[in-house]
Amino acid sequence: MTFIKPKFRHPLLPKNKIGYYKADYEGAISTLCAGCGHDSISGAIVQACFELSIEPHKIAKVSGIGCSSKTPTYFLGKSHGFNSVHGRMPSITTGANMANRDLIYLGVSGDGDTASIGMGQFVHVIRRNLNMVYIVMNNGCYGLTKGQDSATADFGSISKAGSINPFEAIDLVGLSLELGATFVARSFSGDKTQLVPLIKAAISHPGFAFLDVLSPCVTFNNNKGSTKSYDFVRDHMEATATIDLVPEEEEITVAYPEGSTTSVSLHDGSTIQLQKLAPDWNPTDRRSAFNNLQSAKAKGEILTGLLYINPESQDMHELVETVPSPLNSLQEKDLCPGPEALDKINDSFR
Amino acid sequence: MHQVSIVNDMVIRFANVNGTGSASANNMFSKAIFRMGIPVSPKNIFPSNIQGLPTWYEVRINENGYLGRRDGIDLLVGVNAQTQARDIQDVKPGGYFVYDSTKKLHQEYIRDDIHYLGIPMMELSMQHFDHPRQQQLFKNVIYVGALAALINIDLEVLKQIIREQFGKKEKLIPPNFKSLELGYQYVLDHYEYPLNIHLERRDKIGDKIMIEGNMATGLGAIYAGATVAAWYPITPSTSVVKGFETYAKKLRIDPETGKKKYAILQAEDELAAIGMVIGATWNGARSFTATSGPGVSLMSEFIGLAYFAEIPVVLVNVQRGGPSTGMPTRTQQPDILSSAYASHGDTKHILLFPSTPAECFEMTADAFDLADRLQTPIIVMSDLDLGMNSHLSPPLVWDEKRTYDRGKVLNADDLDQIEKYGRYLDVDDDGICYRTIPGTHPTKGSFFTRGTSRDEYAKYTEDGAVYVRIVDRILKKWETAKKYVPTPEMYQEQNSSTDGILFFGTTTYAALEAMDLLKQQGINLDAIRIKALPFNQHVVDFVKAHKRVFVIEQNRDGQFRSLLVNELEIPPAQLVPVLNYDGMPITADAIMQKILSNLPEPANHKSKVL
Repeated sequence: MTFIKPKFRHPLLPKNKIGYYKADYEGAISTLCAGCGHDSISGAIVQACFELSIEPHKIAKVSGIGCSSKTPTYFLGKSHGFNSVHGRMPSITTGANMANRDLIYLGVSGDGDTASIGMGQFVHVIRRNLNMVYIVMNNGCYGLTKGQDSATADFGSISKAGSINPFEAIDLVGLSLELGATFVARSFSGDKTQLVPLIKAAISHPGFAFLDVLSPCVTFNNNKGSTKSYDFVRDHMEATATIDLVPEEEEITVAYPEGSTTSVSLHDGSTIQLQKLAPDWNPTDRRSAFNNLQSAKAKGEILTGLLYINPESQDMHELVETVPSPLNSLQEKDLCPGPEALDKINDSFR
Repeated sequence: MHQVSIVNDMVIRFANVNGTGSASANNMFSKAIFRMGIPVSPKNIFPSNIQGLPTWYEVRINENGYLGRRDGIDLLVGVNAQTQARDIQDVKPGGYFVYDSTKKLHQEYIRDDIHYLGIPMMELSMQHFDHPRQQQLFKNVIYVGALAALINIDLEVLKQIIREQFGKKEKLIPPNFKSLELGYQYVLDHYEYPLNIHLERRDKIGDKIMIEGNMATGLGAIYAGATVAAWYPITPSTSVVKGFETYAKKLRIDPETGKKKYAILQAEDELAAIGMVIGATWNGARSFTATSGPGVSLMSEFIGLAYFAEIPVVLVNVQRGGPSTGMPTRTQQPDILSSAYASHGDTKHILLFPSTPAECFEMTADAFDLADRLQTPIIVMSDLDLGMNSHLSPPLVWDEKRTYDRGKVLNADDLDQIEKYGRYLDVDDDGICYRTIPGTHPTKGSFFTRGTSRDEYAKYTEDGAVYVRIVDRILKKWETAKKYVPTPEMYQEQNSSTDGILFFGTTTYAALEAMDLLKQQGINLDAIRIKALPFNQHVVDFVKAHKRVFVIEQNRDGQFRSLLVNELEIPPAQLVPVLNYDGMPITADAIMQKILSNLPEPANHKSKVL
């Protein structure tokens, strides 16, 4: 095993529209367990950012604590990153986003980091519709502390040590739908064809984009009886649609049978095109998303794909009415009222 | 009772029910005295409640400028039936109890050593106003009118304040005037006036202003260029962000778009509030939060992150009585140690100690420069007394030559000149490294900010030697900080006593008065007011120069004294605690008594007149 990542790249590898190789979006070598679902998600993030031709320094990576929160080291090495404290990634991202609305904020969290210690901040960042991508790498257990059940572990799921989880799971997808999240999706680390376009769509969405990605823990929660194992998830996955994000200037070329496709236009001019698998599902209707989610659950299926998107989403800057230029770009002359104004203020206190 | 005239030296207390509109009448009273050129200091003593509980407003008037709290009420306006028994007991012998005589006073409340002045406030109000709410409100103005006659407040000054206050609601001016006159006339018709304690115009205000510390703090943040304010409501800090918002709305709206050049984020709790501040400053904006003790407890984990990852933070701690929920509407200085050493692991933080609203303004603005310069949390240590009460203060000052010190931040051009950037490289040997803001350069200067141990290039490490190098370097910054923080104020050109007094923040008012009171008794003490942690050489020299130093502070455990012992390795016996922690601001008298009880041998004092 090597800890040195080779820098050599084949000269004929493709560049994206702004002249970057995919390697320019990679990070340090992962120290997670071999086969960890999280590494596949890191790979999908690299692929999505490469395909979207985003300048790496225009992305800020933010995370909390845990295996998942370590991953920002393993992707987008040319972007600033912030590995904050446990469960508090949303507040860091909120402050960062308020300071500079022009960057893309990629938040990475885990099921412990979000559904337990970070639940308070998670629900409030949804409320504020902060313009960010929020990925939960969901494996139903605490890896770094050796495999305890997390709050997303399903009722009845059997741990590696053989104990049966007696508690109900918190379904982050259902919860975020309920709270009015403007983009809600679920995916699986092992399904890159679904995950990459979902990440691309999430980045393009102007507002809070939530991605719950089932990401098996090979060391502590990949056993028989676990509902977050590779085998279980593969066997029980049911998708809403196949998804593709079509950037503004590109033509939609893929043809689907009439009636089975639907497309959603985003503010930035791009289009999400969906090849629907469930005929009664409407991606812009929360009730339809709820219904499909509940009926999948009743059938013991894990519903994946884009579940809901609000094309009218207004992000937090719109809601709090800040100036269009980033607040961190305002200079002293824009901000300091000066001594004369202070004289007047002093007078008002006499 | 023979009466000697006492001019411009009194304590007047108003006993009200909260939620009855007394605050505006009481404020009008204080402002009138201020405008008559007489130093005045009002203090709200209020419950943690919205409506119906007792609240007091205590005003000290002193033409010599002693404005700390003083025990002994000369005149009490008692309009709260609930507290009448206690209020009457609080009046000092020879003093006055002004009450609403619409209801007869209980016989058992009658003391023979004070004067009773009944004014039928409610009766007068009901005769002249129809609406119950009006009757309630104008009753308050009636007692202000009565006081105007009793202690000689210029009626025209009061009327001018009313005109200004109701400039936009002009129809409210005549009934307010009417109420003033009703009270005034009643006194003229029924009592001898003015009382032996009364006011005379002076010219002792100069260019001073009357302002609450929290308002000045909010303005300091405006002037320092804060753009992101994140907070969670908590008494007594709430009005800091309110002050910021009030002026942001006036001064920070883009004239072209009508959009805001600021964002105020009411967080879900204090943890999120400081997280937002850290995120914003990490991303290059100036940002702050304001809270009180319980909030600081909740913020501790993040404070440690900001300390270790070296991210600027401005935190205003408006202290209140602790521990736990403690006395949320009473004042103390009880968070000295929990702020100085907030968070787990080896941490220590820069503290600033304002004592006037002008210093709240200045030190808050300074805090932003210090945070950017030193890349660490700066905690402004205000308290309820300073923050929520109006104080006579020097005017707020902004030097037109002043510019923001954004500290060591590299831009894209700087990065192009650097071979290999290291976020935690101590290039200048002052413990302060160069930071970069996300989005600055396409290929250079990015790094991973983390609360875990890392090397000079921000790379995660568990190597003990590297860890020691990094934490020792952060300690070097603490030494550097001593050059930047405000130096203590000395109250003598040269030390002349074997004993000294040391104080900070709002304790200053009473401490300086106590010093003068002791001087009148022939006891001369040297004095120092600390304005910041880390302590610099001036503090060390002062302590060394005195056999004994009285450390005056408002908490039970003598926390500041502990801080001095710990930081400067002073033998504890050399520092004598002088404490007050009942939730009321410390008085000069209490300080004097405590010091006197510790001075058995007057010969120790060079200047003592024997």
